[in-house]
Amino acid sequence: MPTDVIDPLQTEEPARPPAIGFFGGLRWIWRQLTSMRTALFLLFLLAVAAIPGSVFPQRGVSPLKVGEYFQDHPTLAPILDNFSMFDVYAAPWFAAIYLLLMISLAGCIIPRCVHYARAMTAKPPPTPRNLSRLPAHTSFTSTSTSDASIEKAAATLRANGFRVRRMRDEASVAAEKGYLHEFGNLVFHVALLVILVGVAWGSLFGFRGTVVVIEEEGFANILTQYDDFTAGRRFDPSMFARFSFELDQFDAEFIASGPRLGQPADYRADVSLTPHPGAETTQEVISVNHPLNIDGTKVFLLGHGYAPRFTVRDGEGNVAYQGAIAALPQDPAFTSTTAVKVPDAQPQQLGFNVTVTPTAPFEVSEETGPKSMFPEQDRPRVYLGAWAGDLGLDSGVPQNIYQLDTTSMEQIGRKELAPGETWELPDGLGSITFDGLAEFGNFQIARDPGRLVALVGAVAAILGVMGSLLIQRRRVWVRASPDEQGRTLVTVAGLARTDAAGLSAEVDRLADEISGNGQSAVSKE
Amino acid sequence: MGSTSLAELSNLMVYATLIVLSMAVLCFALDLGVGTGRRRAVQAQERRALVQAEARAGSGGGVEVRQRIETADVVDERWARIGLSLSTLAFLLLAAAVVARGISAGRPPWGNMYEFSLAGATAAMGVWLLLVRRRKEARELGLLVTLAVLLILGVAVIVLYTESAQLVPALKSYWLWIHVSAAIIASGIFTVASVASALFLITDRHDRRLASGAVTGGVTGAGGILDRLAERLPSSQSLDRVAYQMIAVAFPLWFFAIVAGAIWAEGAWGRYWGWDPKETWAFITLVIYAAYLHARSTAGWRGRPAAVIALVGFAAFLFSYIGVNIFFFGLHSYGGV
Repeated sequence: MPTDVIDPLQTEEPARPPAIGFFGGLRWIWRQLTSMRTALFLLFLLAVAAIPGSVFPQRGVSPLKVGEYFQDHPTLAPILDNFSMFDVYAAPWFAAIYLLLMISLAGCIIPRCVHYARAMTAKPPPTPRNLSRLPAHTSFTSTSTSDASIEKAAATLRANGFRVRRMRDEASVAAEKGYLHEFGNLVFHVALLVILVGVAWGSLFGFRGTVVVIEEEGFANILTQYDDFTAGRRFDPSMFARFSFELDQFDAEFIASGPRLGQPADYRADVSLTPHPGAETTQEVISVNHPLNIDGTKVFLLGHGYAPRFTVRDGEGNVAYQGAIAALPQDPAFTSTTAVKVPDAQPQQLGFNVTVTPTAPFEVSEETGPKSMFPEQDRPRVYLGAWAGDLGLDSGVPQNIYQLDTTSMEQIGRKELAPGETWELPDGLGSITFDGLAEFGNFQIARDPGRLVALVGAVAAILGVMGSLLIQRRRVWVRASPDEQGRTLVTVAGLARTDAAGLSAEVDRLADEISGNGQSAVSKE
Repeated sequence: MGSTSLAELSNLMVYATLIVLSMAVLCFALDLGVGTGRRRAVQAQERRALVQAEARAGSGGGVEVRQRIETADVVDERWARIGLSLSTLAFLLLAAAVVARGISAGRPPWGNMYEFSLAGATAAMGVWLLLVRRRKEARELGLLVTLAVLLILGVAVIVLYTESAQLVPALKSYWLWIHVSAAIIASGIFTVASVASALFLITDRHDRRLASGAVTGGVTGAGGILDRLAERLPSSQSLDRVAYQMIAVAFPLWFFAIVAGAIWAEGAWGRYWGWDPKETWAFITLVIYAAYLHARSTAGWRGRPAAVIALVGFAAFLFSYIGVNIFFFGLHSYGGV
């Protein structure tokens, strides 16, 4: 137990100053670390240290924003980066604070467990000499004998769930109740350690990745299929659950009227799932708030968008490209952009800048370019800018798949296409057909093996803290002594650990119960 | 009744609440102004002490004793009683407004910041009225509680107002009932606890000034407005206890709200904890209130320092509730702010 805790129920002697010397010094350090003042200080430090993570963009949350921050603040950003301001929650100093807090906590908990185990078996301490000094006390006179009164008091206290000790040398009982208070406190603090273990386990062995899957296309759970992937240090790709799924259909509904016009109402993905190679395929639905769970690997639906389908024929009449390509949504109405790259086209490579509008405007503004009017597919159009020349794919520099590198290309025309329409490119370079608009789902696939541990810890922590804060440990003593008129004066008094709010009422109630019918007068103070 | 007219009815009831609540504030202010200038809790203690003195001295000191008890009973409670009645009316109106809003939208009435504020204000009023039923002296928190609720409602109506509408898909989950309602009730309790802590600081200051002789107390005692206010408030011990008991209930509830939110986030966003600004500030609030609970049982931190920590915790709560939506963009950004 920390040395600076106020505990009226504490009956042990206060800790003595440590002996001088090496071990004494160590003990001193340990005592400082596990004192309540240090715990308080570390709690404050933890609260303050968590703040910058909400002020500065975090790599773990939005790496893109961190990049933007570096562009906007070229001098400040590297300095902040030195202090891990963009990885606050993975920073060594942040870890130092919570680890110190956990050590302090453990140092507080272990002695407390010993203390608690002893208290569980110990008898309530003997009745204090002067009961009227206690914060809650009341007395009444009774016509029964002292022994009978004490007998009644012991029975009443037992019936009320108190642990009761009859004193041998005098007519009095000592009783104690609310052991769950301390138990709850211990459970809470141990549970915090369990949560931390769960979080650490998850971040060591877990992984998280995102992937865009277009309708009628599929995904197999192997590393190369992911668009973006992060994993814990102990993760091994052999741990992958070997499932695959195909996105059969994607449905998005939008609000068509009212103040939230155009906002999403609901979306869902219908998939054919093959839980492991050779297994039977099942039909599943993934929607927001309803992830798919495959042996602990979860597939979440994070977002969606449109993917135009094209067929491109080259100058020699061969199909050089056929398929759908995801387009990045640019606004809430899903005006989206992407690029089609056709390196196999002959005689020249072809490239297309594509703007997609699920519901096209009736007139395209010169200033803003085409802007979709509604996120649903109502009047789908694509706006193409065609380029011929060298796509630059062989240069070895990684390219953005949603953008065209036009440095060694020449623009050959612009065109708006409705589904089914074909555009014959000038100079016999070929043609492009807009086959229609598919949808894609943006899925997050994650496995966090520590999350159940963390959940168990969290539930235990809630129950524990409720026990600790809502149950009071308190002691009650009753003493009976004959008064001058030959009656018996019975005094009931109580002492609580945290505060005496409900204690007075409880002591009064107990006194009423003990006095029963034999009571003649109750005087409360 | 159509959903639009129900939403309008809800708005009307909110306006009515604003009016009734303003009147309640006025009554509680008047109550502080016309009180006979003696702290009621002290009077009660004094009365008890005098009764004992009387019992001990036989009938000797009886006259003086009876006189002083009469002075104590003269305390004018009219305005406080009217204020309390108006507060109850305001609570009922506000609760009805929240229910009407929920029915009009066909979902839990806390889908955006406006609705959350409305529900939070209702919770704060409800928690306080319940507390008054259990402890009479909690009525003295009336002025600050009604003022705080009036402020929340004012901000809700002027800044946060959003028309009743459908929810974004991420909010369509039964966890909306669980996670947000726990947060709302906890916020109501935190609000009342903070009022008690703030008033504790005022009475504690007065107690120390009395002890040092800077003021003498009573009708003639010198002292500033805070001293005069303190004399009309419950004892500092009593305020401290109210604050602690409120936080002892709200802390587990807040913890639960965070855990429920984490479970929901696991289903909706694919991770149970991601240091989203709202999550971060909810965590900071939790840590500060944990510090409060520890401080209250640490030597040298009881009383004033603990009360200050409780108020810092409430400031962090306020920031996580509204500051986060204004200053940062995160996953909890919806409902117009």
